[in-house]
Amino acid sequence: MKLNRSVLDIDCTAEVERICNRMVDIVARDQRRRGVIIALSGGVDSSVCGALATKAFGPKKVFGLMLPERDSKSTSKDLGVRVAEQLGIEFTVENIGPTLDAIGCYRWRDEAMRRVFPAYDEHWKSKIAIAGGAMGRINFFKLIAQSPDGQVHEARLPIHEYLQIVAATNFKQRIRKTVEYFHADRLNYAVIGTPNRLEYDQGFFVKNGDGAADLKPIAHLYKTQVYALARHLNLPEEVCNAMPTTDTYSLQQGQDEFYFSLPYDKMDIALWAHNHQVSVDELAAYLDVDAARASYIYSDIESKRRATTYLHARPALIERVAEIR
Amino acid sequence: MADIKGQVRNYISENFVMGSNAAKFADGDSFLDLHIIDSTGFLELITFLEEKFDIQIEDDEMVPENLDSLNNIDAYIGRKLAAA
Repeated sequence: MKLNRSVLDIDCTAEVERICNRMVDIVARDQRRRGVIIALSGGVDSSVCGALATKAFGPKKVFGLMLPERDSKSTSKDLGVRVAEQLGIEFTVENIGPTLDAIGCYRWRDEAMRRVFPAYDEHWKSKIAIAGGAMGRINFFKLIAQSPDGQVHEARLPIHEYLQIVAATNFKQRIRKTVEYFHADRLNYAVIGTPNRLEYDQGFFVKNGDGAADLKPIAHLYKTQVYALARHLNLPEEVCNAMPTTDTYSLQQGQDEFYFSLPYDKMDIALWAHNHQVSVDELAAYLDVDAARASYIYSDIESKRRATTYLHARPALIERVAEIR
Repeated sequence: MADIKGQVRNYISENFVMGSNAAKFADGDSFLDLHIIDSTGFLELITFLEEKFDIQIEDDEMVPENLDSLNNIDAYIGRKLAAA
């Protein structure tokens, strides 16, 4: 079969039923929780998870959270609220900006940025972007910053500055998860994690941050399939058409720019093709690139899997404790 | 600069292998294939090479052919120093 987009087609009705049945079994039978917490970012993944949870458990057993901070787009919270209202679930909005400020998130991040661009201050906007891997090089990150006069500055991030910026911004996902588990404990609920297959497979999450959850209902679905479910579940148009962003840095930043080597629809096909042993030549023909570039994309998929194995790993023990499963 | 390989081997042994039972590596072995260095590790290695040998590694030079074994690093650093 020639590689084409239809390889990602799914029967949405059947898939929704299958996921919802499993969610109920997992939460009620295995985890013995009374409902679920869903943090709604306004993006397609969390919105679909919220809609699936509402179908599975009913709106009275789903609690929604919007957790904006200083660098979130205001539309993220507004869209999250719209989704929660459409689903008919109870929700609350908690601005985590003051918590992040108190814990030093912005201070540590900006201090590292100033080591790269000494004039950097709170009036600048910034983001980091991945480079290299899809060109057959070693992956590295660039800092892109815009000064108040509109000038854009760009520099390769040295290792110490890169690690400090990522460590500081990871506070955002970890504080959000702390708030989610507060409400989960308060209500005796389970926490839903919202990664799609690209994010889960390629390790695009923060360990003990957005990577922490009791249940990840769409981790087996390619992003294209998540969009299909969003339309099937009648989520708002803005959700169904939203481009994946990190919503973590003050400059607009697509997920493909930050982490993946291709836009999500092409990345989906590349990952599917890799998983199904499709040849480099066939992937190259589909993507309209040369064979070397397609080969780099496959290598990059494997490289990211290797590099992020640690993120998936449970804490290691010196020896197995036989009594604990 | 004498013994590039020896200095890089010491750095990798002290910072990545750390005396573990991880693979002993020969001069021609790929760090990636042996899982000795991951992508973040390469960024650390690049910073070490730039500081140790007082060179600037350009973005388009960050390729396995220059960095993914002691032999490759030795040849690459040798070329950089000769051109300086």
